Amino acid sequence: MARKEYAFYPGCSSQMGASASNYLVSVESMCRHLDIKLTEIPDWNCCGASISYAESGELPRHVMNARNFALSETNLPGQDIVATCAACWLGARESKERLENSDRLMADTQTALKEAGLSIKAIPEIRHMAEVLIEDLGYAELQRHVKKPLEGMKFAGYVGCQTNRPFGIAGESFENPMYLDKLIETVGGEAVPYDQKVTCCGGALAFSEPEKSQAQIKDIIESAYDNGAEMIVTPCPLCQANVEVYQGQINKRYGTKFDIPVLYYSQLMTLAYGGTAKDAGLNGNVVRARKLEEFAAK
Amino acid sequence: MAEMKTAAYICKGCEIGNRVDVASLVKVATKEGKMALVREHDFLCSAEGVALINHDIDHEGVTHIAIGACSRRAKTEAFNFPSVAMTRGNLREGVIWIRPDTEEARETTQEMAEDYVRMMCAEVKAMKVPEGNQKTGTIKTVLVVGGGLSGMTSALEASKAGYKVVLVEKTGALGGWAAKLHMRVPTREPYTTPEDNGVADLVARIEADANIKVYLNARIAKTSGAPGRFKAEIAVESGVTATEDVGAIIQATGFSLYDANKLPHLGYGKSPNVVDQAGLEALAREAAAAGLPIRRPSDGKEVKSVVFVQCAGQRDNTGEHLSYCSGYCCNASIKQATYFKDSNPDIDTVVLFTDLRTPGNGEDFYRAAQNRGVIFSKGVVSEVLANGNTCTVKFKDLILNEDTAAEADLVVLATGAVPNSGPELDALNEAVRLAEGGDEVARTQVIQMMDKSVLNLQYRQGPDIPHFMHGFNDSHFICFPYETRRTGIYTTGPVRRPMDIAQAIEDATGAAMKAIQAVENAGLGKAAHPRAGDLSYPMVRLEGCTQCKRCTVECPFGAIDEDEKRFPLFNESRCRRCGTCMGACPVRVISFENYSVNTVGAQIKAVDVPDEFSEKPRILVLACENDAYPALDMAGLNRNAYDPFVRVIPVRCLGSVNTIWITDALNGGYDGVMLMGCKSGEDYQCHFVKGSELGRYRMSKVYDTLKSMNLETERLLDVEVAITDIATLPARINTYAEQVKAMGPSPFKGL
Amino acid sequence: MSDLNQQMAERYKNNFLKEIEEQAEMGEWVKMCMQCGLCSGSCPTHFHSGWDHPPQEIFMLIRAGKREEVLNSNGMYMCTSCYNCYVRCPRKVPVTHVMHGIAEYAYKMGRAAKAQPTMHLSKVFWTNATKYGRVNEVQLTQSLYFKDGLAAGIKKGLEMKDVALGLVKAKRLNPLEALGIGHKCKDLDGIHRMLAKAYELEAQRKGRDTSKA
Repeated sequence: MARKEYAFYPGCSSQMGASASNYLVSVESMCRHLDIKLTEIPDWNCCGASISYAESGELPRHVMNARNFALSETNLPGQDIVATCAACWLGARESKERLENSDRLMADTQTALKEAGLSIKAIPEIRHMAEVLIEDLGYAELQRHVKKPLEGMKFAGYVGCQTNRPFGIAGESFENPMYLDKLIETVGGEAVPYDQKVTCCGGALAFSEPEKSQAQIKDIIESAYDNGAEMIVTPCPLCQANVEVYQGQINKRYGTKFDIPVLYYSQLMTLAYGGTAKDAGLNGNVVRARKLEEFAAK
Repeated sequence: MAEMKTAAYICKGCEIGNRVDVASLVKVATKEGKMALVREHDFLCSAEGVALINHDIDHEGVTHIAIGACSRRAKTEAFNFPSVAMTRGNLREGVIWIRPDTEEARETTQEMAEDYVRMMCAEVKAMKVPEGNQKTGTIKTVLVVGGGLSGMTSALEASKAGYKVVLVEKTGALGGWAAKLHMRVPTREPYTTPEDNGVADLVARIEADANIKVYLNARIAKTSGAPGRFKAEIAVESGVTATEDVGAIIQATGFSLYDANKLPHLGYGKSPNVVDQAGLEALAREAAAAGLPIRRPSDGKEVKSVVFVQCAGQRDNTGEHLSYCSGYCCNASIKQATYFKDSNPDIDTVVLFTDLRTPGNGEDFYRAAQNRGVIFSKGVVSEVLANGNTCTVKFKDLILNEDTAAEADLVVLATGAVPNSGPELDALNEAVRLAEGGDEVARTQVIQMMDKSVLNLQYRQGPDIPHFMHGFNDSHFICFPYETRRTGIYTTGPVRRPMDIAQAIEDATGAAMKAIQAVENAGLGKAAHPRAGDLSYPMVRLEGCTQCKRCTVECPFGAIDEDEKRFPLFNESRCRRCGTCMGACPVRVISFENYSVNTVGAQIKAVDVPDEFSEKPRILVLACENDAYPALDMAGLNRNAYDPFVRVIPVRCLGSVNTIWITDALNGGYDGVMLMGCKSGEDYQCHFVKGSELGRYRMSKVYDTLKSMNLETERLLDVEVAITDIATLPARINTYAEQVKAMGPSPFKGL
Repeated sequence: MSDLNQQMAERYKNNFLKEIEEQAEMGEWVKMCMQCGLCSGSCPTHFHSGWDHPPQEIFMLIRAGKREEVLNSNGMYMCTSCYNCYVRCPRKVPVTHVMHGIAEYAYKMGRAAKAQPTMHLSKVFWTNATKYGRVNEVQLTQSLYFKDGLAAGIKKGLEMKDVALGLVKAKRLNPLEALGIGHKCKDLDGIHRMLAKAYELEAQRKGRDTSKA
């Protein structure tokens, strides 16, 4: 299969030393195996995420995203923009839709962009990495590269919200999307059915109202455990962080004994493609995935 | 008629030949059935098989044929021999498909098949070839009563199909309610803007139509006769009475608004600024004519705020007002709200509702109104107070769960529809009875009720179409719309159920088609729905009649009057051939040529009933041909097995079941009898409306007989069956069979 | 009450629905709600305590003209941006965005300041993100913890100590970012000029005279 090239929008959390840095490590490894070339958009900026809604206002938020579009268009012409973060993808894609559907919003945006010496001609397609894998490569191609299937391991595919709603992966339902389960099965793992697949982890409320968010996270982890999952897999950096790092606090609050690793799909794929624990960024997991570490060492 | 010559045909196709011993069946038909001619065939419904039967009819003088093959509901086009009497033995759906193909089942399956052959031979010998009703009327003109939207539509549709129409309207102009509307709800994409009410166009088309004769300011003074030969006396205001001969009648008498004077708590009558929907239409028309905005009645100032109150006196559960939803009023209020918003977007326009119901394309219209800025609030109005030139609408906000109020220049009450369906017959008949006994109050009541009569039918059962729920004329909402309990008379539009204009137009078109079907069938002496095309009709042996009047009272369709000597007088063209009269007759003098006490009785007697030592009980199943029998056939199609000891006889309706069949069966040694009929009551499924209900009532008397015969009442079981009970019906048969086996053999066995 | 608030209250007088339609992002959708309640029933935070008004009620209150009750509501800040309401709304009302839009407007009207933690997070996040063009997670966390003052900040910091340590060990939190040595965009000047223009245009477009605010 010919090499695929994309303009890459890693987003703030994926940077070195940031909360999803191991996501970036594993995505890069995975793409090496699949012969996908990601070129970072030069000098990209934050999308604003959903949570900036109250302060940002409408136009400034779209302008922030528009700057990335303009940079991508200028420096990486003809390439789709690929985001790994759900919020980056959603924010950028929403801005694209809104700008394309409102001449006034687009005109104002161009005026603002001019201040930074930029302009937009045609906004590139905004894709999530999962879309690229499923739509541009396909499950068969993804399976073709598997050297070490993750046999006998049970995962709860936690899709969460923003890679699923409001845009989602084409052809999937909002209430029970199957693509993550299929990705797990593609690399030889077992996807357990459970009822909290698309439950919200609380998103940014994990910071501002932790007790609310943690109540939701507790339900998600409990259901994964109850249905026999050994690990949780997710496509979203905020889902990953929220479900993983608060397990200790939840244990204190609710007297639970949660200790379940939460991984990215890209980590599973890297390992199945024969990558090392380091390639897969397993050292970046706060709750250590010992089973996978042993698997990688074999 | 020529001498009877019988023939039986046994088909071996569809595996029948492999599953049962056909040679034995032939022997049964010959020896026991005493058929003059018995033939077996590998593939009877093939052209060759059909040709064989036709040859026998044409060259062997065969007059009565019994076909042992598939169900009488299958292959009806192949097995169509109108010149002879015919019956069918159900060896496929009724025997081999409902029995397992196993060695141990073989004996009982064979017994079943042999019994069905015995039964068909016995039945056919008791049958005659139906010759068709001779007292036919061939008038094809359709009378339409009511010149509103429904009536005009029916008239135009019937005319388009080539039929003459007489259209009678009680007021001085055509148009009905629709003519009073400023605009109507949109009928076309994108369903956002009210349209012209369309009446002028319809009236022009009617006036230009040579097929349609219009009587204005006219009422029906008298209707007599039957389908194909009704005679309608039309009283015109001038005092003149015209007589029209018509073949069928469409009653499109519409509705009246629920009287808002009954809603003083909503301010009606207390402030001129509280109006009903008709009041608002009048204000809108007046304003449009003057080229002015809509003004409030109290002082003529322009309306700046308006509140619409939905479900005013409707969906009421106190018993005081209408309990039902009139269906059209939400869309009507949406439309009226747009009158205001389209003239001035700054007018505060609020619709207070509990559930906004917008049938058809109303959802798009609803959204369009929201887009215009009409405010829709979920709330229940408790009171409307009049203060000078404005009103205060007090309501409970159901979302915010608080009592609140809104000020408005104008309040519009959506009061809903009451059908113009004529007097309620039970009440009328009771009043007539009392009046005849000298009760003066009752006499006045009779006069008042008769004043509301629409058709003034000269029928024994009363002057109008019976009511069903909430005063609407009887018709089955889903399965058989338009059909009333008076053959050849069809109700349409909001007189039969609440509906809006779009629904009424479609409904009126359907009613026109039914009327056409009725005049055509009547002309040929054939039955209408649901036995459409049936040539048999009830015949009565008057010399045996005891004038008990059960047939005249029970006939669900008012087909039977009484003559001067108080004998039943059958109006065959009004008859639907359900056989309820036959089931009711205690002296069994009523019969059809192809369906009688004997045709069924002979089948019951033909079954070979084993003795009490054989451990082979016999259960008689009398199954309604409309729902139960098809359900049994489909159970066979799905190979849902049932007990081999049942013998099924189709009946036209549970109402046609004569108690003699039950007592004969039990006397004859059957161990149980199962009756399968359609659901009766308020949500009836009976194709003859009242047939199954009357049948059930009659059967309740049989239980007394059972006691007198020292039999367990469980020997008789009545079950309600729907056509969809394909899986459950065999299970119910099996359960009953187990119950019968547990009771042990009938004590009458072998007597 | 802020000047801007007075300005708006006077401009729209009693027509709060119109005010929301013109001022709040996606506010034009409020009138299309049919009050089925699917949004409220689908909201993950609906089942926690402390809500005054779920979306269905916010819509209804706007239509009932209850300006103060809406602007002072905490309902909008319960949003986790999960988009359940958005995809389930039978009327295709973008409920999530409408809630965000109303929240933004209420905030600009001077309501729900520091006391509302999510409101505060929103402000801190955007400030943080636009200062360097990218988010500095340590500073973000610090600003959050110290919103209630030093003592509360330290207490919360201690509560979260284990979480932070875990992330540091996993190299997913860089304590040096606290010193401002973190990720940033190169063309910060361009970004700031661009945003200044965007704020100006937005204020113009909404007819908000921010000089008085």
